[in-house]
Amino acid sequence: MNNKQNPAHTPQVELPPEETPVSVYDLTVAYHRKPVIWDVSFEIPPGKLVGIVGPNGAGKSTLIKAIMGLIPKASGRVQIFGKPYQKNRHRVGYVPQRESVDWDFPVDALDVVTMGLYKEIGWCLPVRKKHRARAMEALERVGIADYAHRQISQLSGGQQQRTFLARALVQNADLYLMDEPFAAVDAATEKAIVQILQEMKQAGKTALVIHHDLQTVPEYFDYVILLNMRVIDHGLTAEVFTPENLQKTYGGRLTLLEEATETMRRREQSL
Amino acid sequence: MKPFVLVFLFASFWPECLILAATETGTIQTQQSITDRSIAIPEWNDWKRVFLLKDYNTRIVVFGTTLLGMAAGMIGSFALLRKRALMGDALSHATLPGIAIAFIIATGLGLDGKTLPVLLAGAAVSGLLGVATILLIRNMTRLKEDAALGIVLSVFFGAGIALLGIVQQMKTGHAAGLESFIYGKTASMVASDAWLIGCAGLSCMLISLLLYKELTLLCFDEGFAVSRGFPVILLDMTLMGLVVVVTIIGLQAVGLILMISLLVIPPAAARFWTEKIVNMTVVAIILGALSGMIGSAMSAIFPNLPSGAMIVLVATAMFLFSMVFGIPRGILIRKLRRHELNRKVNRQHLLRGLYEFLEARGRLKEKQSSESTFVPLSKLLQMRSWSLAKLKKIVKRAQQEQLVVALQEDQLRLTKAGLLEATRIVHEHRLWELYLITYADVAPSKVDQDADAIEHVLEPEVIAELESLLVQQSTEGILQSPHTIEIHQEETKARHSSRRRST
Repeated sequence: MNNKQNPAHTPQVELPPEETPVSVYDLTVAYHRKPVIWDVSFEIPPGKLVGIVGPNGAGKSTLIKAIMGLIPKASGRVQIFGKPYQKNRHRVGYVPQRESVDWDFPVDALDVVTMGLYKEIGWCLPVRKKHRARAMEALERVGIADYAHRQISQLSGGQQQRTFLARALVQNADLYLMDEPFAAVDAATEKAIVQILQEMKQAGKTALVIHHDLQTVPEYFDYVILLNMRVIDHGLTAEVFTPENLQKTYGGRLTLLEEATETMRRREQSL
Repeated sequence: MKPFVLVFLFASFWPECLILAATETGTIQTQQSITDRSIAIPEWNDWKRVFLLKDYNTRIVVFGTTLLGMAAGMIGSFALLRKRALMGDALSHATLPGIAIAFIIATGLGLDGKTLPVLLAGAAVSGLLGVATILLIRNMTRLKEDAALGIVLSVFFGAGIALLGIVQQMKTGHAAGLESFIYGKTASMVASDAWLIGCAGLSCMLISLLLYKELTLLCFDEGFAVSRGFPVILLDMTLMGLVVVVTIIGLQAVGLILMISLLVIPPAAARFWTEKIVNMTVVAIILGALSGMIGSAMSAIFPNLPSGAMIVLVATAMFLFSMVFGIPRGILIRKLRRHELNRKVNRQHLLRGLYEFLEARGRLKEKQSSESTFVPLSKLLQMRSWSLAKLKKIVKRAQQEQLVVALQEDQLRLTKAGLLEATRIVHEHRLWELYLITYADVAPSKVDQDADAIEHVLEPEVIAELESLLVQQSTEGILQSPHTIEIHQEETKARHSSRRRST
């Protein structure tokens, strides 16, 4: 958004691979042999807030999980700062979907945030005061330090989301992957998350965020990936986030592809 | 927590540990048939002997089962939080054929088929085989896990029963006593058995203590654990392995049918007492220890009753107690909180009714002692769907809290504190109403009851936010009601009460 003078789609300046936060080549992922994303390729320039946009079932979560190796790739290659994810995972912070865990679990918000430090603390060693202090700082940053000692089911949805965000922040990563952080949160939380994203950007960090609300995309993100099983387009929001592209992403253009995969899945199952 | 465990352990068993170490021999008591369930009422001396741990044998048994209970409580906490409790049940049932086969093989080799390590090794193998079968069924077919569990549990158990039948007819070696693994029988426990159980239990506890944060993360958020590079599959297998070990060492005392109870009930009971995982584990360890200790002592008093049943009954008693009286999650405290909230709601309704009555007549500013600030009960009755009896009860409580003063002829008057509280309540109510109208598109005529449903549970920070959002719209300190307050016209009474009723 802020450097419109860059021509669209042409690689801007060739970056050395270790400075490219995420590069994905020909990534295909399948659940039970049904392809969820096909041949996805893109690169993200550093220091950008990147929105991933697409309809339900477009494979947005799948993409993020596949980048981190949470689900196996059928084919393709993913690099984080020029290396496989396993080599650079300490530079990546992950904010999962809020629904992915049981919030009745007997821990408080501070405990959840300290989980972001478990790797750093190391095997078999206990959580120390300094770790808790750092977790507290992260909670302060997202504005819910007052709720640090509440059992997590007693937090509102927005506060739970901010707890997850704090758990990723405490790692002090360079790249953040967020799965729908804005889903079903209150206005205060939305504001807090946007604020954090802006701070990240100013610190030269990169965030890859799955986003549902098309209206706020141009406001929040300066780079967009339009996804519907395949990458429809990706680039600076001002250039890529166009009505035609949205029509391609959300319109019924891909019904044939879907039908084909559905047929494939049925045949697999009947075998 | 570590010091706690050690202190507890040594406080309970220091003398026994010495004795056990000194005289590590024992004999298997003569077995009675498992079907012999006659109960003799024990004499006072028996009770004293058992509970003062006078018998060497009782000491051994209590020592073993207490450690078992502690280990089961700790490992069970993780199994429960990982939602794998039923896996433990299938696992323990699947051990039976292994026990029988181990006996057959050992006897065939000319060894004593009834030594515990041999039988438990067999149990472990077939238990693991059972778990593997469950995973195989789940992954290879489209059956869900519950079906896989049910199949494996019953098939393995059935095979075990059949094998036991074969064992009974074997000419070599007397197999009597093998069935006690089904219901549990502590009488056959000897010192070396107790040591085996104790050491295995302690190792399990030590391992889960060392992996405490990793296991917690695994149970809470597996996806995040993977993304951070934790070997989740290995951790999961470690946890399952711990469950296997605890189950196996519990077979003798608790029996394979009931072993699941020692894994599930103490942590489930502990959950009623705490919102912190560390505390939950500690409480589960204590409850597990008590179950094992008291349960096995009871079975020493009633030698014909299976010890497994005794241990379960003790655990269940503690579970029921926790479920009812546990704080902060027990039934009673939750009922109490609900009751408290209802009282608060009623008090707020009363105060708001009084306030709005006075406000509608422009008598708020008048001196509280003047007669014009009196409100007759009958007018209040029209404002809410209260019965006279209920209203009187609410008034009485408000009187005790010195919010209102009751006067002759069923008249009420707000005290100074009452007026202050009423002002606050009305303010919050109207803030919320205004919010609903402005931001939630609720029609002004409906907003009263919508606000009613939720305003009593508003937290201070929400109130503050509402204020910053809306207070500029108010002219004075207290907001005007966004809808007309209909309390002075008798003819609107019918319509009015029907509208209020739903609140």
